[in-house]
Amino acid sequence: MIKLTDIRKAYHQGQHNELWALNGIDLTIEANKVTALSGPSGSGKSTLLTLIGCMARPTSGRVQLGERDISGLPERFLTDIRRKTFGFVFQQFNLISGLSARDNVMLPAYPLGGDWRALHARADALLDSLKLGQRRDARVEWLSGGERQRVAIARALINDPQVLIADEPTANLDTALSREFMEILESLKQQGKTIILTSHDPLVVESNVVDRVVYLRDGHLVEAER
Amino acid sequence: MQIWIAKQKALIDFTLSSLARRKLKNLGLLLVYTVIVFLLASVMLYTHALRHEAAQVLKNSPEVIVQRMVAGRHDLIPPRYLEKLGRIRGVQHNEGRLWGYFYDNVVSANYTLMAPSQESHGFGQVADGKIVIGAAVARERGLAPGNLISFRSYTGKLFVFTVAAVLPHEAELVSADLLLLSEADFRAFFDIPAGYYNDIALSVANPQEVRNIAGKISEALPDARIILREEVLRTYESIFNWREGIVLVLLSGSILAFAIFAWEKASGLSAEEKREIGILKAIGWETGDVLKMKFWEGALVSLAAFLLGYVAAYLHVFHFSAALFEPVLKGWSVLYPRFELVPVVDGFQIVTLFFFTVFPYTVATIVPIWRAAITDPDAVMRG
Amino acid sequence: MHSRRSHYAFAFFALCLALFLLTFADAALRRAGSANALAANERLVAQLGLTDLCLFTEARYTRHPSQADLQSAFQDHPLAFEHFPSGSLLPPPRNLTAAYANLDRKTKSAD
Repeated sequence: MIKLTDIRKAYHQGQHNELWALNGIDLTIEANKVTALSGPSGSGKSTLLTLIGCMARPTSGRVQLGERDISGLPERFLTDIRRKTFGFVFQQFNLISGLSARDNVMLPAYPLGGDWRALHARADALLDSLKLGQRRDARVEWLSGGERQRVAIARALINDPQVLIADEPTANLDTALSREFMEILESLKQQGKTIILTSHDPLVVESNVVDRVVYLRDGHLVEAER
Repeated sequence: MQIWIAKQKALIDFTLSSLARRKLKNLGLLLVYTVIVFLLASVMLYTHALRHEAAQVLKNSPEVIVQRMVAGRHDLIPPRYLEKLGRIRGVQHNEGRLWGYFYDNVVSANYTLMAPSQESHGFGQVADGKIVIGAAVARERGLAPGNLISFRSYTGKLFVFTVAAVLPHEAELVSADLLLLSEADFRAFFDIPAGYYNDIALSVANPQEVRNIAGKISEALPDARIILREEVLRTYESIFNWREGIVLVLLSGSILAFAIFAWEKASGLSAEEKREIGILKAIGWETGDVLKMKFWEGALVSLAAFLLGYVAAYLHVFHFSAALFEPVLKGWSVLYPRFELVPVVDGFQIVTLFFFTVFPYTVATIVPIWRAAITDPDAVMRG
Repeated sequence: MHSRRSHYAFAFFALCLALFLLTFADAALRRAGSANALAANERLVAQLGLTDLCLFTEARYTRHPSQADLQSAFQDHPLAFEHFPSGSLLPPPRNLTAAYANLDRKTKSAD
């Protein structure tokens, strides 16, 4: 479903602090699977995630989504593809404080201009399904870490994307909450979502929910163990 | 189109939600902003209506007035002047006017005393020993028709008059401080000999010729000073224009303060706001969406301030007689006319006010966002 | 129906706009209502030969700005500080600064 060919990514290219985060990655990610990108910090896994999720463009190489080459598209089209195809769960959750859980969940749908009442109902349904129904009017800064992550997941799913992308989802969770998160992943997988996440948490990497683990080091792929 | 509307509504929802997070601060801003618009609009409405009313009312003032100057001071018109003016071709009608000022020790107020010409009717006919007074004088001295009032003249003699009538309240704008006396009483009061006048009012046969005739008059009477009606009207056209006015001086201070405040509020993009814009970009908002959202913030706040401020100003000026300006306009004067201005509203002025209040704030809200809004969506993850 | 902030905002702006438009209707009504008073004022001005609005009564040149001469408006010195607040609200009459001087120059008599 997503095919990466000889992907390279440089930050601050041409400047004294030039940094090559990725050095030629070839990778195919299958649909309806949970793929984990693992490796030490600085290995380039988060950068790879941003390229897969159309948040940034590679310095060189091709990104194919389905049959379509999207690596050369201008920002506007890329944004359009991104918000229809991908949902993001960030490591720090990146919720907008001061707003209610429901308002946060609805945010990605605002620029699409869909029917508001349907959106409202969808947000409530998502929060209910993540057992947050009773907290939907609470401001996000009043929620616990686990609740915040579930709000972030609901927000990622509001536009019904095919692919859910999660960056270090368990980094800020204790063991019980991490297990809970893996259960949510399981159910999403059953709903037919493709999930791509980065993690070096053994609880994630060794979980049965994860179909494939891709190891990175210094911007190169290291042979997968599973 | 429907999608566009739904989208703008959603953006407005968001912008209102984020404004609501700092309710007190933003309501305070709206209040200050509204007060500024209110003051500006009040000055604008008041001066425009006053100018309009002046033009309406004073179009009936004498066509030409001839004064005599001696050593830079008004002096009495000697008898031969009237006769000389009568001989100038094109002068249709001329008559001497008797009017002057009187300082009333009792209430420390200046009055304008006037002896209406014999030919005038209505309030112009005042019998000897009687007096017709302006509404503000009546108010200040507590007088009603039939009361007696005495003034000690500049020559030291005491004069007693019976109040014959009070000029109507509606006419206060032109007559608040008037005292109308008969000619004989006026001459006795100010000790002006018969045949002498304070100035001369004249009318011309052909209004087109008024400037030529004025030239002829100043030739015939070199010490005369001529005031044309069009000059009177022009004086009032330019009254309270933008350069004049304590009000505007005071206002400019508060406008500047507000400009600084608004700039600080709108442009001082906090780290938190930057982070929020980063989040919006990361979850799929385009640069344009962020800018539109901020546009709505600026537009809604400034539009609300404009509408509320304007409506309040309208009520203030036309329903409450511009009560807040009274202390400024009143100055040191004891007699102050109470008048209700006829609402005359200039569409162009409203458009100008709209432009100068709504536009700058909206721009000041959007511009600083620009740089934050064009950051890469993945900045959040890198940060 | 769920309450929605944008709907409250629209209701608020509709109300404001209605009030804004009402001021124009009110202005028209009051203009019609004050036609008589205005006519009475005009008559009084014509009858008495009045030249000025009675706005400031504290000095000659503020009570009758249009009748002020070159000396009174500027007091003793062109840069003299204004004594009366109203003096700072009133510009020097236009006929003092421009027209009168022109008329002066038009005379053919020797200076």
